[in-house]
Amino acid sequence: MSDTHAQSVAFVRETQIPPSDPPSSQTGAVKWMHENLFSSWFYGLLTLLSLYVIYVVLAGFLPWLFNGVWQASSIRECREVLDGATGGCFAVLTERWNQLLFGIAYPQDSYWRPLLAFVLLFIAAAPVLFAMLPRQMLLFTAIYPFLAFWLIWGGTILWPLLALAGFIVGYVVFGRLVKQSFAYGFFGAIVAAMITWWIGGFIVPAIAPEQTLLSAVPSRDMGGFMLNMILGTVCVSLSLPIGIVLALGRQSSMPIIKWICVVYIEFIRGVPLITLLFVASVVLAYFFPPGSNLDLVLRVIIMITMFSSAYIAEVIRGGLAALPRGQYEAADSLGLDYPQAMRLIVLPQALKISIPGIVNVAVGLFKDTTLVSVISMFDLVGAIRGPILAATEWNGVYWELWLFAALLFFIVCYGISQYSQWLERQLATDHR
Amino acid sequence: MNKSVVFGALTVAGLAAGAAAAGTLDDVKARGKLNCGVSTGLVGFAAPDASGEWKGFDVAVCRAVAAAVLDDPSAVEFVPTTGKTRFTALASGEIDMLARNTTWTFSRDVDLKFEFVGVNYYDGQGFMIPKELGVSSAKELDGATVCIQTGTTTELNLADFFRANNISYEPVPIETNAEAQQQYLAGACDVYTTDASGLAATRATFENPGDHIVLPEIVSKEPLGPLVRHGDNEWGDIVRWTLNALISAEELGVTSTNVAGLGEKANPETPEINRLLGTEGNLGEMLGLDADWAKRAIAVEGNYGEIFEKNIGESTPIGLARGLNGQWKNGGLLYSPPFR
Amino acid sequence: MATLTDPPQESFQLSMLLNDTRYRSYTFQFIALIVLIAIMAYLMSNLFANLRAAGLNISYGFLTDPAGYDINQRLIEYDSQSTHLRAALVGILNTLLVASMACVTATILGVIAGVLRLSKNWLVSKLMAFYVEAFRNVPVFIWILMIGTFVTLSGDAPKAFLGENPSREMFLGGFAFTNRGLYMPAVTAGAGAGIVVLVFLASIVAAFWWRSHVKKTLFKTGKLLPAWVFWPILIVPAILAQLVLGSPLGLIAPDTMANRFNIQGGLLLGKPLIALWLALSVYTGAFIAENVRAGIQAVNRGQTEAAASLGLRPGRIMNLVVLPQALRVIIPPLISQYLNITKNSSLAIAVGYADITATLGGITLNQTGRAIECVLLLMLFYLTISLLISAVMNVYNKSVSLKER
Repeated sequence: MSDTHAQSVAFVRETQIPPSDPPSSQTGAVKWMHENLFSSWFYGLLTLLSLYVIYVVLAGFLPWLFNGVWQASSIRECREVLDGATGGCFAVLTERWNQLLFGIAYPQDSYWRPLLAFVLLFIAAAPVLFAMLPRQMLLFTAIYPFLAFWLIWGGTILWPLLALAGFIVGYVVFGRLVKQSFAYGFFGAIVAAMITWWIGGFIVPAIAPEQTLLSAVPSRDMGGFMLNMILGTVCVSLSLPIGIVLALGRQSSMPIIKWICVVYIEFIRGVPLITLLFVASVVLAYFFPPGSNLDLVLRVIIMITMFSSAYIAEVIRGGLAALPRGQYEAADSLGLDYPQAMRLIVLPQALKISIPGIVNVAVGLFKDTTLVSVISMFDLVGAIRGPILAATEWNGVYWELWLFAALLFFIVCYGISQYSQWLERQLATDHR
Repeated sequence: MNKSVVFGALTVAGLAAGAAAAGTLDDVKARGKLNCGVSTGLVGFAAPDASGEWKGFDVAVCRAVAAAVLDDPSAVEFVPTTGKTRFTALASGEIDMLARNTTWTFSRDVDLKFEFVGVNYYDGQGFMIPKELGVSSAKELDGATVCIQTGTTTELNLADFFRANNISYEPVPIETNAEAQQQYLAGACDVYTTDASGLAATRATFENPGDHIVLPEIVSKEPLGPLVRHGDNEWGDIVRWTLNALISAEELGVTSTNVAGLGEKANPETPEINRLLGTEGNLGEMLGLDADWAKRAIAVEGNYGEIFEKNIGESTPIGLARGLNGQWKNGGLLYSPPFR
Repeated sequence: MATLTDPPQESFQLSMLLNDTRYRSYTFQFIALIVLIAIMAYLMSNLFANLRAAGLNISYGFLTDPAGYDINQRLIEYDSQSTHLRAALVGILNTLLVASMACVTATILGVIAGVLRLSKNWLVSKLMAFYVEAFRNVPVFIWILMIGTFVTLSGDAPKAFLGENPSREMFLGGFAFTNRGLYMPAVTAGAGAGIVVLVFLASIVAAFWWRSHVKKTLFKTGKLLPAWVFWPILIVPAILAQLVLGSPLGLIAPDTMANRFNIQGGLLLGKPLIALWLALSVYTGAFIAENVRAGIQAVNRGQTEAAASLGLRPGRIMNLVVLPQALRVIIPPLISQYLNITKNSSLAIAVGYADITATLGGITLNQTGRAIECVLLLMLFYLTISLLISAVMNVYNKSVSLKER
């Protein structure tokens, strides 16, 4: 039998054949293209169309970018160098970069000050943005606003120190009195801080030295992209506490307080920022005591802060509403009073939910700071529309400047929104 | 956190406010700086250069006033203003004077409560048009599209002119001179209208200025001058007579080069120069300034004629002729009241 | 035996205003009200003191004075002798016009971009992602300025179309895209035009009746009537009426010979309008695309799979199953995007469009110097519009909220 078997079966394979490669249409680039680009005739058409669009855009853009002139003293010189060829006149950026970034009037030898403040901003913001960093860094965050003010505005360091002292005194008083009642602590702290500032207001001018370490820069000399950054960060950080208060007020059971907040929020959200900036530039001055004179930057900060606090209040209200009812009831059943319940139970959770929304508002607000150019402030857009395009040398250079401005905003806003998405993933503690 | 920024600034502002109750002159002296409202960028009149330094015809007036009052032509804060914000800025005290090619009109003087202290440039609204359209008079502009810079009296003059001549047009309001120029060169409008000085300045920056002509019609009177708030006559006098000093200096032949020599001691042959430069009489004292005020104002950029030549004159890219802005002796309209 | 009595009546003490929860809320509200009134009174007294010092007053009399300036785009009769009030009205209509146009196109653009971003076509979805990120992360003001510049520099000057030997011919004999705007043939109405319009209106009604009839019969009897008849019903009667009455409705092409400056006649979609419309559409379209994407992703995957297992094609799945459910999530943010469009249209002056901010808040304010009054009226207008839109949103939210059983 074995013989026959051996006869009838000529060959028995003892090992498995190694798996062969899939057919070339099912692998590598071909498969990828088939699946992702040409899966049906419609998608194929779309792909070709997209390729065409990309080609047209790049064919116009790349020669313009790579053939650009970076060294020239005027647009006429650019034209001479190019001699009819396509190319950007980027020389305007090399000549006027300082006006675009720092404004026309900020002293040139002090550019390191806002730059340093900008770098420190990351260190100060880091512990707030990334929960894994050591909490001690928050101390620097607390000092940062005063430090940044001193760096950018200069002058005597005593003023920011006084402001800081007011907050410290307020905090100490709060710590003492809060054991009795939150209201005592809160109002006590405000009164104590006010008294500190009031007294300091007499002392500081008396002892302030004539010569200061950093020369003072008036705020109307701020400009360029720096002004956008200042307005953005200052107004967002100021509007956070105001927004929390407004959101709580709107959720409040006390009708008068609730209605004050509702009217305020709906009013601000109902009008465009530009009308509020008109108020800052042409109307607000009439509402201050006769003879007083707040400078324009400060008035604009007030109006933008009012603007963004209404939007942030709505975001936080969404967070408060999204919190399960049980959290409020649990806090009540523990016997916590309102400030305790809010501080310890409700707000930490509600704020966590609202962070992506707050970041969105912050990005939107930062973009909207460009509107200050409409009221004759030389921010990035204002500097382009005003002095740079008006200059005889550069009149006619449009795309170079606008794309530069767009690029700066894109980098910052895209960075923030990427962070926001990362944070959303981190905070997604529920399992879906 | 950043509350401190505002509180700190508020405190500073509050202190500044305390000092602000007195007259503008005392304010300026206390502050050590003159706040002068200028335009956001009009080459030749007021525009910052690459190093951020403000230059121009209007700027020179600000510097002269600062030199007269504060003995320092650089002690000026230039506050850029738009057509919209300029009057509020002045009325609210944000600026001490406005030198922003502003037309002196009845309603601005009377209704808006400002005081025009004089005229530093006699202008008029004109039209610029490409030569190839073959238009020789503004009355042939029926159906044209016209670019206008908004926020000035230009819109009103334009409407009046076309209505009076019973011809139609399409207005395109533009916010800045640079944007108007872009529209005009791209052919999005046939005509660009603004003050004749602005037209000349704009045309000078074109690649081929020869392809464009300014039509002969001047459709309005535009006396441009610095202005101050109504009611503070002491301050108004200082600005007015600083401007007059610049004009008189040209008439009397006082220039930036010889002002120091002429002002050293009184020359019995030229009593008016003596009074102007403070070597005789006490005109400065009457103004609340010292005797050398006019000498300093003239020393900054020279007399009216020198300022004109340096910023907008025929040797500059803007290339304006003196025309109406010549001295009265030369057939112009500049006529300073006597220093006496 | 102790009798049950009411608890002893507490006498009211002043400290209860702060410590007793029953009274505390009144205390706080009272304080809040006082503080508010005090602040208001302070601001008002400052205002009046400042106005008195400057010799000014608040008065709306200027609204009835002649405006004295011309406006390039007007939906109602207006010339330089009309009043400031009428100029404001022209501005209001222009604002509403550009806002409603931009709402429509931004929605279309946003839905397309949002759906395509989720498509399996790698290139297209990346391209859409690029579009969305580029427009979302750059200020709308910069986009308006850039698109305004783009429209100005990319179109031909009308000169090219004018005269005996134009360097460019009109498209289809009646359309010309120039950097002053898009010239189009205008509709002229002769005798009997009213009848044609009436016939057309009637056929619209009939066509929609047919569509609902088809649906009804399908559900009732299962018989599928020809649905395409909708289109003939819609179009044919009007065309017949037009032919029978001897073409009362006509088109008049823009005239290139009448004037040496401009193309005359026809319909002009002005450049400022086009630039602002385009800018608002593409900017807001990027935001709407994100809303649409989020809405589609919010629809449970099971729904798509269920529809696929019923044998629906991908296009139908999107149209019949996913989008209707996604709409519930999409529409509320969509309406707030419409609100944003209206508010962002206030940047019109950057491209020379005469909206309310440019007329009332711009030229009128400049000419009259009545800053407080003009800004106040401006805010009032925007506030009214946004309250109206929010009211619509609330009604919608109520109507689509899930009916829970």
